[in-house]
Amino acid sequence: MATTVLEPAHAHVAKRSVLVDWLTTVDHKKIGIMYGAWAFLFFLIGGVEALIIRAQLAKPEASLVSPELYNQLFTMHGTTMIFLAVMPLSAMFFNFFIPLLIGARDVAFPRLNAMSLWVFVLGGLFLNASFLWGAPNGGWFGYAPLSSRQYSPGVNMDFWVIGLQILGIASLAAGVNFFTTILNMRARGMTLMRMPMFVWTTLITQVLVLLAFPVITVALILLMADRLFGTSFFSVAGGGDPMLWQHLFWVFGHPEVYILILPAFGIISEILPVFSRKPLFGYSAMVFSSSFIAFLGFGVWSHHMFSTGMGPLADSFFSLATMLIAIPTGVKIFNWIGTIWGGSVQLKTPMYFSIGFIAMFIMGGLSGVMHAVAPADLQQTDTYFVVAHFHYVLFGGSIFALTAGAYYWWPKMFGKMLDEGLGKLHFWLMMIAFNLTFFPMHFAGLLGMPRRIYTYPGGLGFDIYNLMATVGAFLLAGSLLVFMWNVIKTWRSDERAPADPWNGATLEWTIPSPPQEWNFAEEPVVAEKDPVWAMKRAAGTRQLPEPALVDGKGIHMPGPSWWPLIVSIGILVFFVGFMIKHTWAFPFGPVTIVGFALTVFGIFKWAYEPVDAHATHH
Amino acid sequence: MTTAALDHGHDAHAHHTSLPIDNRKLAIWTFIASECLFFATLISTFMVYRDSTGTGPGPKDIFEVPLVTGGTAVLLFSSFFVVMALDGAQQGNRKKLLTWLSLTVLCGLFFAGMQVYEFWHFYHKGLGYSTNLFGSAFYTLTGFHGTHVALGTLWLATVLKDAIKGDLPPKKALNLEIAALYWHFVDVVWIIIFPVVYLMSLGR
Repeated sequence: MATTVLEPAHAHVAKRSVLVDWLTTVDHKKIGIMYGAWAFLFFLIGGVEALIIRAQLAKPEASLVSPELYNQLFTMHGTTMIFLAVMPLSAMFFNFFIPLLIGARDVAFPRLNAMSLWVFVLGGLFLNASFLWGAPNGGWFGYAPLSSRQYSPGVNMDFWVIGLQILGIASLAAGVNFFTTILNMRARGMTLMRMPMFVWTTLITQVLVLLAFPVITVALILLMADRLFGTSFFSVAGGGDPMLWQHLFWVFGHPEVYILILPAFGIISEILPVFSRKPLFGYSAMVFSSSFIAFLGFGVWSHHMFSTGMGPLADSFFSLATMLIAIPTGVKIFNWIGTIWGGSVQLKTPMYFSIGFIAMFIMGGLSGVMHAVAPADLQQTDTYFVVAHFHYVLFGGSIFALTAGAYYWWPKMFGKMLDEGLGKLHFWLMMIAFNLTFFPMHFAGLLGMPRRIYTYPGGLGFDIYNLMATVGAFLLAGSLLVFMWNVIKTWRSDERAPADPWNGATLEWTIPSPPQEWNFAEEPVVAEKDPVWAMKRAAGTRQLPEPALVDGKGIHMPGPSWWPLIVSIGILVFFVGFMIKHTWAFPFGPVTIVGFALTVFGIFKWAYEPVDAHATHH
Repeated sequence: MTTAALDHGHDAHAHHTSLPIDNRKLAIWTFIASECLFFATLISTFMVYRDSTGTGPGPKDIFEVPLVTGGTAVLLFSSFFVVMALDGAQQGNRKKLLTWLSLTVLCGLFFAGMQVYEFWHFYHKGLGYSTNLFGSAFYTLTGFHGTHVALGTLWLATVLKDAIKGDLPPKKALNLEIAALYWHFVDVVWIIIFPVVYLMSLGR
């Protein structure tokens, strides 16, 4: 394959407009960037919802929002942050970096990958469109019978039940795709035990997605049947058992927690070695502890349900299983510390956020183990103590790690370095504001403040904690503005990032920043872990020569396609059809049939689309 | 060429795979693993509610074991037929491929037809979708299985169309193999549903 040096002006300029290019792309890097952009938009929407919540709770007996709107805000805040922000922000890194880290030119199924993106985007827009009619208001875990037609009569929970089914399709398709990609598309010589840690945690995350999402899909179908077709799966009056909802939800819900945190573990495990100039400490222990966490993650769901009175046997089992998870998690934390220990530590912004992650995640983990003690949990459940706990693992954990990953991989994604000074300002503001927001919630919770209340009487001892949390939340928003300013400022600058700004250890640093469409001009061969450090050792240098741009002659890449987007629209129409009132005897109407027909038509056209029809490179 | 709902990316260009299995085949196995949990949840829900018959008809009032036993046999045989068809495809034996694949599609149609008849029959015996929880759980479980049978039949029929057009040479036999893997899975799920839903409900 040719490796001619490319003239700057001579690019493969396709004759498609930029919009069509992005709508039909199957390039994992563009798909990754779109995942990131949409997820960040949804993250900002969820953040604004949080600010309104905090403004309402700043002082007792406030009336900024009505109780009804408040219910919508906290439900949409949770749903958005989990399904539309943290999961797709992780997906951004899966998409952009998994092929690069394993030395592949794309994912196993590029068009399926595009479909995952569009189903996620349309599902997210659908969920947020609910604000026009009445947004979901039954909490992010939609407990039946509160979420049933009887107690939630509006369209609110219909949006939730249907929106999450749409989003589930995106996750499952991506799960199949990335599981196959990682197992089957690795560079020659990259055995499983030579894979970068982020690839491992991504693989394990996909296993969790594949096995947990079908369970909530069924739960959502049953709830949808209750709400729309008159069944009573979760209605006591009709003989149904609301506990079934809780079991099905949490059989999904607890693995979901690890779906949110395992990618973060992987990102941190990439960053710490690079900025400590030492290989990851205890690599195989990390692999097995991640696997063990995933395995145990399916056996602890009922610790979310101690207060339902399951009896001493079930309580004991789930208490013990939950405490057991602290062991592999502790292994990981000690390994991270062992990685830094004795290293030549480079305190760059990604490292700041990574160390911040370890500290915050330990605090969230410790309050998590406290919940494992069933009698203590009875005091803590449904209070602000729980709110504090899961924000320490979700924000202090996932968001800190995702931010670390953004600073670390930004130069590779966009060819620009983010500013170090603004990055560190971002870190300190976020660190202080985060703790100011969520630490006082522990005390408010222990003093008995329930979660999900739209206001509270003064003088119960938690007025001051609420005020602190509100001030912290607005500061936290300020830290995000610093990040956005950093992005805008460096975007405008002409300064280009080199291919390997951090002395990286993994394959993505051997190719130009940003990478060319085919990633690797020549498919890499790997002989050990941290392959790029090995190359540098062999060459006796710390800095490999800047890779040349190539013209890509002879490299076959899959062509763009409209069908993933069209199938995604079909899926959306299919589900929206269930919300439209019709007079048929069947539980579906004409819109659902149109959506189904469009989906099947799209799949046929997709299946018969010649893969090379639009290939731009010969 | 048929790749059905799956996309085979650039592995078509002789890209090596890390494991000795084609991407599409690995993907369909992965998807089947996920589907196992889907049906496990539906079957569990049915088992929770199979005695919740309320005032409506229960299993003993409506199930007709001979009919569904016949349907079960047809579905089981279809799994054998599709193996024969795949053998034909891999050998390049057109007659064998077309014969057995047509039979498989007919079996799929028969089974789906049997279920439509069964639903219609049960409905007229007084078991609506929301009559009682037994009915709701029964229709949801077997309805989703029936949908899988219908989609699988459509998939196999598409491969049959390719085969008739002569577009299923031995090197494309994988197109049939992944459809067949899905078909076997749909069959295996029924092997669980038949005793759990029909036989065990009657024996209680």
